[in-house]
Amino acid sequence: MPGPAGPDAAGVSLTRSAWRRFKRNPAAITGAVIVLCFVAVAVCAPVLTPYEPASVEWADEVTLDSGPEPNSAHLLGLDRFGSDLWTQMVYGARTSLVLGLVSTVIGLTVGAVLGAMSGGFATVGGRWGRRVDNILMRLVDIMLSVPSLLVAISIAAVLGANSWSVILAVGAAQVPFFARLLRGSMLGQSGEDYVVAAHALGLRKRQIVVGHILPNSVGPTIVQATLSLATAIIEVASLSFLGLGESDPAVAEWGRMLVAAQDRFDVAPQLALYPGIAIAVTALGFTLLGETMREALDPRSRR
Amino acid sequence: MLGFVVRRLLQLVPVLFGLSVLLFIWVRALPGDPARALLGRHATPEAVADVRARLGLDKSLPEQYVAHLKPLFSGDFGRSISDGRPVLESFFDKLPATLQLGAAALLIAVVVGIPLGYLAARHQGRWPDTLLVSGSLLGVVTPVFFVAILLRLVFADWLHWLPTGGQQDPRIDATHVTDFYVLDGILTREWDAAWDAFVHLILPAIALGTMAMAYIARITRASVIEVLGEDYVRTARSKGLSVMTVSRRHVLRNALLAVVTTVGLMAGMLLSGAVLTETVFNFTGIGHYLFEAISTRDYPVIEGFVLLIAVFYSLINLAVDVAYGVIDPRVRLS
Repeated sequence: MPGPAGPDAAGVSLTRSAWRRFKRNPAAITGAVIVLCFVAVAVCAPVLTPYEPASVEWADEVTLDSGPEPNSAHLLGLDRFGSDLWTQMVYGARTSLVLGLVSTVIGLTVGAVLGAMSGGFATVGGRWGRRVDNILMRLVDIMLSVPSLLVAISIAAVLGANSWSVILAVGAAQVPFFARLLRGSMLGQSGEDYVVAAHALGLRKRQIVVGHILPNSVGPTIVQATLSLATAIIEVASLSFLGLGESDPAVAEWGRMLVAAQDRFDVAPQLALYPGIAIAVTALGFTLLGETMREALDPRSRR
Repeated sequence: MLGFVVRRLLQLVPVLFGLSVLLFIWVRALPGDPARALLGRHATPEAVADVRARLGLDKSLPEQYVAHLKPLFSGDFGRSISDGRPVLESFFDKLPATLQLGAAALLIAVVVGIPLGYLAARHQGRWPDTLLVSGSLLGVVTPVFFVAILLRLVFADWLHWLPTGGQQDPRIDATHVTDFYVLDGILTREWDAAWDAFVHLILPAIALGTMAMAYIARITRASVIEVLGEDYVRTARSKGLSVMTVSRRHVLRNALLAVVTTVGLMAGMLLSGAVLTETVFNFTGIGHYLFEAISTRDYPVIEGFVLLIAVFYSLINLAVDVAYGVIDPRVRLS
């Protein structure tokens, strides 16, 4: 693709100028650092702690009214079941990353397929194509008629309290947003000159949609996926908080840690503060990253 | 305008119909036989068959759906498995509490969020702006239930300034006319009851309103910045109008249009957040009831409540669209 005509952008590709804008933005760097730290902690969890998340071998060291009492063996102390708090936090990052990522990938994939079909059929499918588009979009309307957390709740409530149910619930709740977004940007692209040119050159319809319209429409969807990771991590924690998360005590989960911490607020507020702050900071990282990506990719914001 | 409302209402019918089909299939997709679950493991096959026939489970799925749909039209959403009450009755019983909470949260969000967003836009790039942009970002990413827990921890458990939960002190003998507890107290002139309900409302409303407030502040800021760059603002200023007049008449008025469009989004956020907030504060609205239904896997309640919330949510969105058409004539034309 030729570089945009502009005095400051001679010979610079869109991607490169976007990357340049991204690098200069302190918010982008902050977001990227948070996300990298989070991923590193999640991946290296077994290295960062000598203990297993399920281990409650210090159960007799905690009493009903003792705080976590950090010491050299336990960096952040013990929770009320006698588990090492640091281990729970570190493995909690892993749970959050896996559940958030997998559910977003599922939501993105299904949503993108629906959206691409809808957008493709609507732009080049003629009368029947518009009909298919219409049916798909009504389906999306049905999903959007319920607030997304409630969609996730109704799915998880039926599937039971385990990780797969959480993944499917949170993923499904994101489907309509991705579908609508991709379809919208495809329809937006369909009137562009290069599409008209492709038609004029006699390219096959499928080639126009798959080879031209689609690649030029995925940008906003990718940005949305980054932002959705933040929402997904919060929703995973929310489902846990409502008792719909992973019920296996061997899996450390921030949302469930918060629930467990609730009745020991007066003696040990840290038990609630650490996981709560962890969720917020992680969500902040993905939000900053997503928003600065959107700004950087938007050609209007070029200076 | 009326045509627009009617058209939108008609569009709602297939959506809600589709949702009821999806919910119906979904809830029946559960592994396990409800008849067997009802009778226990040691039931004879005859007894199970008998109950299946009584529940209509021996018919085909489409037949079952028709049998399921018919009572919905007369307002029969089935009964709760745990407390045996009709689902619809429970919904309308709990709705006022949630509406009161949601309205209070939205009020906080609007009254605080709009001025903050405006202030930030006016000082774009300087410290009030930086402070608000980072603050509102924190508001957006912090989970509702965490805010709720923190507020309860600090203001109820530690400082004892406000009650830890509930809608009203049960020791107060309040008369309930509308089931909006604060309003009831004012209507019946039972000032202590009104005050007590109000005090119980403060923390949940702030917890629920925080995220909406952050969103509104961000949207107001963005749209004020956009409007400030418009030609008509420059024209108004160059005509000699004061900054105040231009702000009020031109900038805010146009900028707030963008805020109105987000009220639908807010409604969804508030409805979801209500489930979490009401759970933390033991506030007995639809969210709290739904949470209890989730804990006991009370499917008729979950199914009915999700459907009713969808109806309610769709109507709010419709109202927002209509309101938008009234405020901004350009929308009606297109």
